[in-house]
Amino acid sequence: MKTFNYHSAKDVKEASKLASSNSAFLAGGMTTIPSMKLGLASYKDIIDIKRIKKLSGIKVSGKTVTIGATTKHSEVANSKDVKKAIPSLAALAEGIGDPQVRNRGTIGGSIANNDPAADYPSACIALNATIHTNNRSIDAEKFFRGMFETCLKSTEVIEAIEFSIPEKSSYQKLPNPASRYAIIGVYVAKHKTGINVGVTGAKSCVYNDKDLAGALTKNFSSSAIDSVKISSSGMNSDIHASSDYRANMVKAFAKKAVDAC
Amino acid sequence: MKKIALEVNGKKVTKEISDHTTLSGLLRDILNLTGTHIGCDTSQCGACVVHVDGKSIKSCTALAADLDGSKVTTIEGLASNGKLHPMQEAFKKMHGLQCGFCTPGMVMSAVDLLKNKKNPSDQEIRDWLEGNICRCTGYHNIVAAVKEAASKM
Repeated sequence: MKTFNYHSAKDVKEASKLASSNSAFLAGGMTTIPSMKLGLASYKDIIDIKRIKKLSGIKVSGKTVTIGATTKHSEVANSKDVKKAIPSLAALAEGIGDPQVRNRGTIGGSIANNDPAADYPSACIALNATIHTNNRSIDAEKFFRGMFETCLKSTEVIEAIEFSIPEKSSYQKLPNPASRYAIIGVYVAKHKTGINVGVTGAKSCVYNDKDLAGALTKNFSSSAIDSVKISSSGMNSDIHASSDYRANMVKAFAKKAVDAC
Repeated sequence: MKKIALEVNGKKVTKEISDHTTLSGLLRDILNLTGTHIGCDTSQCGACVVHVDGKSIKSCTALAADLDGSKVTTIEGLASNGKLHPMQEAFKKMHGLQCGFCTPGMVMSAVDLLKNKKNPSDQEIRDWLEGNICRCTGYHNIVAAVKEAASKM
């Protein structure tokens, strides 16, 4: 790993001030550190935000669940409040990586990295999340821009993610058996205001499948999905799954998710 | 360079380290605690699992600088008064290892499991050991060892 300067920020203001185009914020480090070791990334400054207390924790209000950026996957998975308000979100957290990754990895880190096969981005899309940073509040639909790309500026720190509590929801994924990343993950959520179908793993970036959502709006049952055609164009094709297989799995896992709602 | 103070296996340690030193590097190269193994070095294989403040983590992917003030337990810290930990005994008794490279991580991970779940099922053990890779045993005897330890602890 190439050398860097390590800073532990005491508050968000300091973290943002230390940041530059040649720095990275460090939370769990479950992607950042391996990426640096593999030579895929290098930074002059690593700014640790783990010790900023206000960035961690879970709050449930009547309509939303707000999770601090440095809250660990294991904390979300084991939270009684999350299990009660949005059980599918706790289950998603429980299915990320392995126990040691869940003991370090954070929700803010996951969405800031925006891995095309990460789990949390699909939750943000399905649960109408608002991403609160030190500067602004961003709708999830605008936050995720492309492969490993978000609309965050280099000095911008995610503080919390606010999820709308749906009437019902389920996240179903076909995990890569080694990494537990999603080959396909489909998050179906039915809100009073409408239905979202967040899909991860399929394309270069998470997306809301409007065709599936449209069919489910007319009839919220897995049979409503049968007639929806999912095109494999633009879908990922790799050693784990071809684009045609992924297209088919989006449909299969959307049905599974609706049945589990 | 950063000066850090932490507790490793019950002993206070103060060291000057490079900013990019990992916990596994600190343990092995600076403190000579070579029981913690480095396999993949990118947090997939689990050979480097140790406990930090009571929770199992992969030490190859934690910066030592960020663990200032933490309590670390490694495989060397499990035995007490020359007596193996029940998990170590169980791995020995049930032949839960062959080459032994993954074993320190397996044992540390399994000890953390039993803290939270006293009598895990085979499936729960296999799920928990998801992040620990063994290329020798086929896992069968590892699961048997964890169950054996659970019955003794």
